[in-house]
Amino acid sequence: MSDLQSTAGAVIERAKKDGATAADVMIREDDSFSVTVRMGEIETLKQAISRSLMLRVFIGKRTALSHTSDLTPSVVQGLVDETVEMARLTSEDDSAGLPEHAVYRNGFPELQLIDPSWEEVTPAERIDFAMRTEAAALSTDKAITNSEGASFDYARSQVTLANTLGFNGTYQGSSAGLYCVPIAQSSVGMQRDHWMSAARHRKQMELPEDIGRKAAQRALRRLGARKIPTAEGPIVFDPLTARSLLGHLFEAVSGSSIYRRSSFLIDQIGQRVAAENITVVDDALIPAGLGSSPFDDEGVPTRVTPIIENGVLRNYLHTAYTARKLASQPTGNGSRTASGAVTIGPTNFYLKPGKYTPEEIIRSIKRGLYVVELIGFGVNTVTGDYSRGAVGIWVENGEFVHPVQEVTIAGNLRDMLNNIEMVGNDVTFLGSIAAPTLKIGNMVISGE
Amino acid sequence: MEVTKSIFFQTYNLNVADLENYLGEALARGGDYADLYFEYRINHSIVLEEQIIKSATKSVSLGVGVRVISGEKTGYAYSDDLNRENVMKAARTAAFIASASSQGGKIQIPTPLGQEKNLYPINVFPTELEISQKIALLQDADRAARGFDSRIKQVQASYVDETKHVLIVTSEGNAAWDRQPLVRMNVMCIAEEGGRLQSGYHGGGGRRGLDIFAGDLDPKAIARESARQAILQLGAVDAPAGPTEVVLGPGWPGILLHEAIGHGLEADFNRKKTSAFAGLVGQKVASELCTVVDDGTIPFRRGSLNMDDEGNPTHQTVLIEKGILRGYLQDRLSSRLMKLPLTGNGRRQSYDHIPIPRMTNTFMMAGDSAPEDIIKSVKKGLYAVQFGGGQVDITSGKFVFSASEAYLIDDGHITAPVKGATLIGDGPTVLRQVTAVGSDLKLDHGIGICGKDGQTIPVGVGLPTIKIREITVGGTEK
Repeated sequence: MSDLQSTAGAVIERAKKDGATAADVMIREDDSFSVTVRMGEIETLKQAISRSLMLRVFIGKRTALSHTSDLTPSVVQGLVDETVEMARLTSEDDSAGLPEHAVYRNGFPELQLIDPSWEEVTPAERIDFAMRTEAAALSTDKAITNSEGASFDYARSQVTLANTLGFNGTYQGSSAGLYCVPIAQSSVGMQRDHWMSAARHRKQMELPEDIGRKAAQRALRRLGARKIPTAEGPIVFDPLTARSLLGHLFEAVSGSSIYRRSSFLIDQIGQRVAAENITVVDDALIPAGLGSSPFDDEGVPTRVTPIIENGVLRNYLHTAYTARKLASQPTGNGSRTASGAVTIGPTNFYLKPGKYTPEEIIRSIKRGLYVVELIGFGVNTVTGDYSRGAVGIWVENGEFVHPVQEVTIAGNLRDMLNNIEMVGNDVTFLGSIAAPTLKIGNMVISGE
Repeated sequence: MEVTKSIFFQTYNLNVADLENYLGEALARGGDYADLYFEYRINHSIVLEEQIIKSATKSVSLGVGVRVISGEKTGYAYSDDLNRENVMKAARTAAFIASASSQGGKIQIPTPLGQEKNLYPINVFPTELEISQKIALLQDADRAARGFDSRIKQVQASYVDETKHVLIVTSEGNAAWDRQPLVRMNVMCIAEEGGRLQSGYHGGGGRRGLDIFAGDLDPKAIARESARQAILQLGAVDAPAGPTEVVLGPGWPGILLHEAIGHGLEADFNRKKTSAFAGLVGQKVASELCTVVDDGTIPFRRGSLNMDDEGNPTHQTVLIEKGILRGYLQDRLSSRLMKLPLTGNGRRQSYDHIPIPRMTNTFMMAGDSAPEDIIKSVKKGLYAVQFGGGQVDITSGKFVFSASEAYLIDDGHITAPVKGATLIGDGPTVLRQVTAVGSDLKLDHGIGICGKDGQTIPVGVGLPTIKIREITVGGTEK
């Protein structure tokens, strides 16, 4: 048993002694490194080991939570005592409590979350990853005149969880990201864009030179972007912007949005909510997946949960709490925020690839917009109303015509899901949520 | 205030010799400058939902960040406790940024900076109060929201408070400390009618004791405002699409300034020439009616601070004066590299983050038009009074902000409420379209959160009623 596991065990014992009827504690330790280079020079270098302890106690049906970054035993003991005291002051809530004993099981799948070979990479080599990435971007074209830099981040984390039902588990993971933001300039102004690669294993990462070049090409194709007249037409979302649509879907199928009735997808299990070509899953078991883990932040074993199958809504995602509220089962999506609150988080939440290449999808457009970036927060998951700022490329007769900026695209998520006409074969994982290129039949583009 | 009076000396046994050791280690490889940022923070949060107190949370965070600057390079490391060995290790790690060959900065004995002001003179900090008082605020809000209209089906009310102790010591011999209170309450309502759902949202807060929750910020007033917005939206029509004449109401719509010009004037982007505003100082970027400031010195405001997170006093900085661009928001690094004065805008989320230039309270000065006359002067347009979030692309200058409460204006009269819609414009030119500025400057209610480089911090905004000749509204009604 590791040190962190014994600390976790001691916290649980203390909580019980203080009068908690149930409790769980999670400890996270991150050993992280990050470097940003800009115009060929190191800009910042940051390194640290950080820890945080998140405690949840129950007195019967009452709940209190706490969090500390200071793991000095006397500080932790004091906080446990205070948390139990605080629990006496909250209300009784019938659905409160740890997950049922029956959901736990012995043994966890091997998910290849850690790549030990990262530890052989020296700090100088890590800095060099970022240098090579930015250099590749800057040398792609004369119009790449400036840069917000390139960064390389690496972290090795350990998650330890224990509860009063006897659960005491731990797992480790590694993850790295390489990111580049070049700036292109012409007589009509500046444009920036980015590209990145993120993975748990070294061999899953794109080459620095490829990331830099792709980032530069993305910035270059935006030069000369202009407004277009207000119009209606088909919209193609590239995998990065399609990913944000999946993010809105995730929020709408989260058990917490469902019991609060704050989702446009309430009361619709078994019903058709999207086009027939749409299948979405939350799959925690993808080997080396960025969102994979053996158990969630409540200790519930993780799994594969179908969300939408061929357009039909199959499941909402649950913590122990939301499952009890809605007479369902926890789905292994318990996720603790920095302050210790247990919320619902995605594991690997993605839209399954379709049969079309992105080129085939673009070729199918007579007059429409290919969207490469979305900005702003104009999405209401209660009503599904959607209105966001967009940057993209205008498409006519299947060909890119010119870049577009300072427009918005608007519609309703309900209609958008039902109007997905083509699904790409290019799912791109850069985090827990992923999607392929998607074509939506019709939206309003607001411009001049 | 004497640094030795800070919690770090009093409770955590820090002494002046420690500070010298840490700074010495930080500069051992020849950095030009080093600083230490000690932080001890307590937060409480309480959530009421379905008419019960669902949970109460206490969060404690302690640590020290060590920064070393060598030329334009920054080395950074931190420790999650004040254990001497761990802080020395962080100092050694941060020191690696400097090449051993360079000259190296000198360490001066820290002397406390004179504390000229206290913008949050309060006797009892909210974090010191009994939880029962805070629960009562939420219960008041819940009852008021539910009593507002029978169509209000869900109420979620939350309360958050914070006390942050900060001690900053620099190798130039400056030392400063502060104790910063912060409190906030939010109410979210869901209205339901005939199978249709709508939400409303309102909140308020600042750097003050619980007595802040009175008048406009009385929990009942906050709750009724949230409920009113949810009910209003049940009858909303589609928003227009395309260029529209827009009147922005006073207060929170000041988020326009935050996105359209504030971020673009943060010095780091201008030093690196990645901002659409780079090189525009002295030029006309707005109508003569517009004077815009960033002011971190207004008592009790959410965006105000006695000192920034580099230990420098906050200021009122004029960004735009009668349409002319005047200046940037500086942190230490950019100010030194650009050879421009400090403005007290170096801020960070916490000890595990590097300080960068950020806004405090950003607002436009009042003009002389009567707000009613401004609305009357519009033939066909949009009157937007409440907003959700906004975002900007610094480099292209394009920004958005999303209206959550807006109405059509028809022949000078406010008519139907419209559904939420995003407004999009160009930062360096949007204020040239301002054709009227009202006399009714209002600051927001104290709920603003700003994100940059993965760091979130509290900020404020403000605006009088203004009229914009044309801005693109992203609705669906062509």
